[in-house]
Amino acid sequence: MADIPYTPVLAITLAAVASYLPRALGAFLSGRIAASSGVIEWITCVTYALMAGLVARMILMPIGSLAATPDWMRTAAAAIALAAFLAFRKSIGWGVFAGAGALTAMATFLNGT
Amino acid sequence: MSKPDATLPISSPRAAFWLGAREAARVPMAVMAASFLGFGTLIRDLDWSVWLGVYSTISTWALPGQIAMAEMAARGAPLASMVLAVAFINARLMPMVASLLPQVRRPGMSLVVQYAAAMIIAATTWAGVMRRLPDLRTEVRFAYLTGYGGALYAMSPFATAAGYFLADHVAREVAMGLVFLNPLYFMLLFLAGPGNTGRWLALGFGAALGPMLYTILPDWSLVLTGLLGGTAAWLIGRRRARHG
Repeated sequence: MADIPYTPVLAITLAAVASYLPRALGAFLSGRIAASSGVIEWITCVTYALMAGLVARMILMPIGSLAATPDWMRTAAAAIALAAFLAFRKSIGWGVFAGAGALTAMATFLNGT
Repeated sequence: MSKPDATLPISSPRAAFWLGAREAARVPMAVMAASFLGFGTLIRDLDWSVWLGVYSTISTWALPGQIAMAEMAARGAPLASMVLAVAFINARLMPMVASLLPQVRRPGMSLVVQYAAAMIIAATTWAGVMRRLPDLRTEVRFAYLTGYGGALYAMSPFATAAGYFLADHVAREVAMGLVFLNPLYFMLLFLAGPGNTGRWLALGFGAALGPMLYTILPDWSLVLTGLLGGTAAWLIGRRRARHG
């Protein structure tokens, strides 16, 4: 893993501040403004793109123990999660369970790591 | 399930508090506990201490931002880049708090209490409480929110620690599956949410740009992915909505 020029405590604290500020701003603005839907939809799109980028990166180029598994295995497990999610009427629980279970099973039995 | 126009026979704040806690302690709490459990295993996987995981959960209590923070810090991303990414991810909490608080607070309620209540509003709390508001009298709505959000908040650090220690007591392959819960959960959560052209495009652009930009500009890739992919998707979605 990369050398981190700061401590985890500092990273966590700053992330906590960055998470509380929008809440505080929301409390401040509550009842004062009709939140403009255009701006909120833009924020939603930025969040969706950012999280999709993070998720793709965690699946395709992970750090930590998952880095020891081959790319195809993680991709296949994610595809299985998606298939189960769709098969069980968009159940997030079953999708996640199937995908994580598939990765565990493949890593255990296919000895691909 | 009660009818939308029914008022639940609840008149005391105490009863509303416990109703909120009980209703949170079903599917929402199970899903949230599993996701914070996954976060705990991620923290273990990065070789951080359990206290750091618990500290993050208590101080932040918004999981997507926590995962981005841990992932980016572990890759050595600059602090400014990480904070900006977390701020964008959590900006969605602003409209949630702004829309929920006016519906639950009583006249003359202290600002300190309101700003403290903002801390227990995350996506799960927001969705669960908003759904129940029509059934509740105005005087007991705030108590319902504190019961609902408070129960979820109180559970989260324990789930984080449980995931952390669980990772050490299961086979390595099982621990990998638990770490893999993190991306899977958010992949499906976003796919399950209400979609429109802009949001679907944002997911596609983000998934393509994220890994691609990382190879070119690792430090700032996520912020750029969000801004470029999200803005492009939003513009296209808006144009489609106008002309379609």
